[in-house]
Amino acid sequence: MPIPLIQISGLEKAFSSNESWLSQWRFRHGKFKKHKDSIHALNGVNLTIHQGETLCVVGETGCGKSTLARVIMGLTTPSAGEIHYLDQRIDQLNNRQRMFFRRRMQMVFQNPYASLNPRMTVYQTLSEPISFHNPQLSQSQVDEKIDALLESVGISALSSDRYPHEFSGGQRQRISLARALSVEPDFIVADEPLSALDVSVQAQVLNLMMDKQEERNLSYLFITHDLAVVEHFATRVAVMYLGRICELAPTETLFQSPKHPYTQALLSAIPRLDSNTAQPIRLIGEVPTPTEKPIGCVFQARCPYANQRCYETSPPMTLQSDGSSVACHAIEEGRL
Amino acid sequence: MNLLSVSNLHVNFHMKEQELAALIDVSFTLNRGERIAIVGESGAGKSILGFSIVNLIGKPGYIKSGSIKLESKEITKMNLRQLQEVRGKRIAMIFQDPMMTLNPVLTIGDQLVETIRSHTKISYKDARNIAIEKLHHVQIASPEKRFNQYPHELSGGMRQRVIIASVLLLNPDIIIADEPTTALDVTIQAEILQLLLTICRDNGVALVLISHDLGVVSKVAERTLVMYAGHVVEEGPTLEIINDPQHPYTQGLLNALPQMTLPGQRLNQIQGSMPSLAERPTGCAFHPRCPYATQKCRQEQPKFIYSGVSSVACFLVEDMLNEFANNDKEIS
Repeated sequence: MPIPLIQISGLEKAFSSNESWLSQWRFRHGKFKKHKDSIHALNGVNLTIHQGETLCVVGETGCGKSTLARVIMGLTTPSAGEIHYLDQRIDQLNNRQRMFFRRRMQMVFQNPYASLNPRMTVYQTLSEPISFHNPQLSQSQVDEKIDALLESVGISALSSDRYPHEFSGGQRQRISLARALSVEPDFIVADEPLSALDVSVQAQVLNLMMDKQEERNLSYLFITHDLAVVEHFATRVAVMYLGRICELAPTETLFQSPKHPYTQALLSAIPRLDSNTAQPIRLIGEVPTPTEKPIGCVFQARCPYANQRCYETSPPMTLQSDGSSVACHAIEEGRL
Repeated sequence: MNLLSVSNLHVNFHMKEQELAALIDVSFTLNRGERIAIVGESGAGKSILGFSIVNLIGKPGYIKSGSIKLESKEITKMNLRQLQEVRGKRIAMIFQDPMMTLNPVLTIGDQLVETIRSHTKISYKDARNIAIEKLHHVQIASPEKRFNQYPHELSGGMRQRVIIASVLLLNPDIIIADEPTTALDVTIQAEILQLLLTICRDNGVALVLISHDLGVVSKVAERTLVMYAGHVVEEGPTLEIINDPQHPYTQGLLNALPQMTLPGQRLNQIQGSMPSLAERPTGCAFHPRCPYATQKCRQEQPKFIYSGVSSVACFLVEDMLNEFANNDKEIS
């Protein structure tokens, strides 16, 4: 029985798009009216991440993947909803209370060129979190730990005095991973960690992430839009669209029998090497910007199977016979 | 005659202390209406090759030797005026990041009209009609409305469509697309690739697709060039290269794709990384990362030979071919 590590329920996040007080006033029908635009990035996300698993979140740009990651990590506060780490609620902690959880949960960012401080040597980058979270360690113990960490991610300990610009993209991403691992977390959020890297380097980083997972029983929340990586790496996959999860399934089930119309379109669009794959299912239009809180199904505007009910009520996640959960009226009604 | 023929092209970068070679002895040809792809990791020289075709290499880079011929005209010897006739009109380019390519302070329409009117003498009204027709051609909904919008009002996929439209304005013979879909999502990527493909097919335009994604390449290109550290290491029909790669580097690139291993298993990575221009090893540039490297590979540069499937620069393939030839002799 898998143990749930992170539990998320009803998570919502809206960003206000006009910050200044003056720009909130609109002149309409001869009157000034106060009006606040907001972007609804997350619209009720429910998700459980089990210990030792890799949960991949996939979706197009603007679907709220990165916001989800940042909210879980406490980098932005949610507008509504709850996040639990084991049995403790962590979404409304202040900085001091959160300290303990910062050690348990770490993040690897998308662009290794931007996420490492260019003015700090690799040694400084790694020693800061270690000595901050373990003040009892002596200098030599910290040094020892850094050397071991660097070796474990395949970077020579001799190069710890070098600066980030002296490393290649893949090496930098491995240093980012070493930094995340330095405080011995049991949960790592990786926000598109491979998208800035070449295919062969991607393989290096992905292998390293899998090795570390095996060694330390890590759980990953892996955010990506590269479905080939997902198929290889994920235990379960969550497909996101406009701030909601529309399908959640074990990887094999999802790739063999995608159910949600969006998942089907997404999977058919992967450029594969074998030439006899079917034509991609074309979606009409692009992801809309969610300025209004969506009523009904989030996918209705691009869905070929949408009917009146899809425009009016939001479909709940329903468990299917093969272990996947899908939020779609068409499937529920047997139209698909 | 070939539409474009590049032969023995050498491009160097003139740095303070040393000369760095970015392209070494690159040759290839492109026929009318043909679609080829240039594949390799970052730093392989793919983009430099794309830029040098239209002589767009800025200082400190320069074309050291070799020739680039568009039909019978030599591009390397052209002056700026002649180049302007070629750029855009005969050979057009699509760049990676659509946000960087479009001018953020001009409307889409202004940019398209400017492109047409700087090459042909027609009225604004006519130019506008052509622009709108091309926007329609690249499947942009309500082009009249888009004509007056600024780039920031469009999504990434839409911007890339506008760029494709702008490339089509002057009916070029060749489109060079430098990683046109890297910044886009999978679904949008599929659409843009399909669009590029149909446009090239319908209008008989030749395409040079620069990419690091072999999946993308397999969908679009008929022929593929694999580049490593400034050299072309393998060239051949795309399907042959994907199904039966000859060069160890091509094999490594293909094996590193997640699809090539069973889910959950370790991926086959190529050890090490691409050398920088200043640290290019002697002999075959790939030898430090090659699992089959011999003493010969460390000292000599392999020649480009035809292996029956594709053309490869590798001693391993050469030796194998020689062995086959000897066996044949013995039998006969």
